[in-house]
Amino acid sequence: MSLTTNPRATENPSRPVGQVRPKRTLRDKYGDRAFNIAATAVLLLSILAVVYPLYFIVIASISDPNAVYEGKVWLFPSGVTTEGYERIFADSRIWNGLGNTVIYTVLGTAVSVSTILCGAYALSRKDMPGRKILMLLFVITMFFDGGLITKYLVVRDLGMLDTVWAVVLPGAVGVWNLIIARSFFEHTIPNELREAAQMDGATDFKFFFKMVLPLSKPLIMLMIMVHVVAQWNSFFDALIFLNDDSKYPLQLVLRNILIQSDVSSTGTTGGDIESYAAAQRIAELTKYAMIVVSSLPLMIALPFMQKHFTKGAMIGAVK
Amino acid sequence: MSRTIPARRGRPVAAPLPQRKNSLSLRLKRISRAWQLYVLLTPAIIYILVFKYWPMYGVQIAFKNYNPVDGFTDSPWVGLTHFIRFVNSYQFGQVVGNTLWIAVLGLLLAFPIPIILALLVNQLQSERFKKFTQTVLYSPAFISTVVVVGIMFVVLSPRSGLVNNAIQLGGGEPIFFMGSAEWFRPIYVISDVWQNAGFSMIVYLAALAAIDPALHDAAKVDGASKLQRIRHIDLPGIMPVVTILFILAIGNLLNVGFEKALLMQTPLNISTSEIIQTYVYHAGLQQAQFSYSAAIGLFNSLLNLALLLVFNTIARRANQATLW
Repeated sequence: MSLTTNPRATENPSRPVGQVRPKRTLRDKYGDRAFNIAATAVLLLSILAVVYPLYFIVIASISDPNAVYEGKVWLFPSGVTTEGYERIFADSRIWNGLGNTVIYTVLGTAVSVSTILCGAYALSRKDMPGRKILMLLFVITMFFDGGLITKYLVVRDLGMLDTVWAVVLPGAVGVWNLIIARSFFEHTIPNELREAAQMDGATDFKFFFKMVLPLSKPLIMLMIMVHVVAQWNSFFDALIFLNDDSKYPLQLVLRNILIQSDVSSTGTTGGDIESYAAAQRIAELTKYAMIVVSSLPLMIALPFMQKHFTKGAMIGAVK
Repeated sequence: MSRTIPARRGRPVAAPLPQRKNSLSLRLKRISRAWQLYVLLTPAIIYILVFKYWPMYGVQIAFKNYNPVDGFTDSPWVGLTHFIRFVNSYQFGQVVGNTLWIAVLGLLLAFPIPIILALLVNQLQSERFKKFTQTVLYSPAFISTVVVVGIMFVVLSPRSGLVNNAIQLGGGEPIFFMGSAEWFRPIYVISDVWQNAGFSMIVYLAALAAIDPALHDAAKVDGASKLQRIRHIDLPGIMPVVTILFILAIGNLLNVGFEKALLMQTPLNISTSEIIQTYVYHAGLQQAQFSYSAAIGLFNSLLNLALLLVFNTIARRANQATLW
C-alpha cells in the first residue's frame, strides 16, 4: 500500500496525482467536469440561502422602515437611518439582559468546564477502581431522563427558583461533553508520563493540575467555547426558573420583544390606524437592529472559534 | 482504611498487580490509593445525583397525585390514572401526531442533507473555497433559537416581510406564515436545515478526511469517475459514523427542537405546533398539573427509549449482513 502513495497526495488528497495521469475515456472526463460544475452550483446556492436572509436583516436594520415595508430593499439599504440602533441602546431592558447574560455565561462556563475537566480526567484513568460503573452512571442519563416537570420540582425544592443558580446549575454537565473530554485525555496523556511523574512523587492532584491541564489547551478552549455559545444563546431554563424580569438574560428579553410582541400585536384593532402603522414600522426596524446586535458578538468570534470546533468534531468522531 | 497515604509512596500505581486473589484489603488499598481521583470526580457525581437521578426518582409522581407537602415520596399512589387520562384526552392524537410529523419530516430532510453537503464540499478542488463554504454554512448554528425564530417572524411577516414582498412582486397574495397551521411544519423543518445542516456537516467532513487517500488514487488509476468514487469509497468510508449518528438521532427523535416549537407557537398555529413536550410545558408548568404532565413526559421518554432500542437492534443486524 505504502508504495503507491504519493507524498503529494497526502498533502492534498483531492488534487489529481502529479505525473501518474490515469487513462480515461472522454465521457468520464466530461462526467467529472459536469459533476464539478453541479457541485459548485449546489454549494453556491446553499451559501446564498444561508447568507441572503442574514444580509437582508443587516441592510433592513439601517434602512428607512417605509422602504422596507414597501418592498424596496433588496440588495442595498435605502434611506439610511440609525434609529433602530438608537432605540435599542436607549432600552434599559436590553442592557440589563445583556449584563445578566454576561454574568450567567461567565459563571455557567466556569462551573461547567471545571466540573467536566476534573470529572472526565478521573474517568479517563483506567486504574481508578469502579470506573466502569461510575461511567455507566453518567451514560444512563443520556438515554433516560427524568423530564421537565420533575427537574422543575427539584430546582424548586432546592430553593433555587429566581436565583442565578437555576440558570447555571441544572444544565451544567453534558454527558456528551464529558465523553469527549474523557476520550481526549485517554488519547493525549500517555500512561508513561503519569508513571514517570509518580516516580518523582507527584500526587494525582499535582499531576492533573501541573501536567494534564497545560497539555490539554485545545480541549479547554473547545469546552469554554461550547459552553459560552450554549449559555449565551439559552433561554429556556431562564423562562421556567426565573419570574423576576430584572434577572432575565438577553435571550429572554429578546424573545419577549421579538416574538411575543408580534403575536400580541396581530390582534390589535382600533386607535389611530396611521400612527399605529407608523409605530409598527419603527417596531419592525428595531427588531432588525436587535437581531443584528444580539448575534454580532458570536458572529465576530466565529472565525476565531472555527478551528477549535472543527477539532472538537474530530475528537467527537474518534469515539 | 488504616493507611491512607499510599499515593505518596512513589511506586507506579498503574502497574498491574501480579496474579493475586482480589482480596478485600487489596481492593480497599487500591481504592484508597485513588482517593484524589474520586475527589476530582465528586462535583460531577453530585451534579448528576441532584439534577439527573433525583428527578428520575421523582418520575414516580406520574403514578401519584403529587402535592408539594408530601413531596415525591409520600404523595398518594393513583396507578395509571394520569396515563389513561392522557390517552383518552382529545389532545392525545393531536400532540402525538404533531410530534411524529415534525420528527419524521425532520429526519427525512435534516439527516441526509448534511451528508450530501459534506460529500460535495469534500470534492471541492480549492482549499480556500472549501474553508469558506464550511464557515458560511455553519455560521447559523451560532445564532440562538430565539433569534432564528425572531428572524422568521420578521422575514415572513405578512405586512413587511421579505418573503411576502417577493410573493407580491410576483403578483401573489401575501401569506401569514407564522399564523397558519399548514405552514408550521414546512417552516419548522426548513429553518432547522437552514440553521443546523452546516454544523452537522462537520462531523462527516472529519470522517471523510480520515479516509485513506490511497484508495482514491487507486480508484483514479482505474479510471473511476468522481461520482463512482463517492459511491464506492466515500460513502462506505463514512457509513459507521452515519449509522451511529442515525441511531442517536432516532434516540432523540421526540426530543429535538422543542424550544423552537414553543417559540414558534402562536394561537393560530397551535393545532399543528402543539407537540408532546410543549404540551407538557403548558399543562405542567403553566397550569401546575404536575403529576399529569410528568406522566406525559414519561410516556415521551419511554417512546424514545423504545425507538432507540429497536433501531439499535436493526443496525446491529444490518451491519452483520453487509460488510462495508
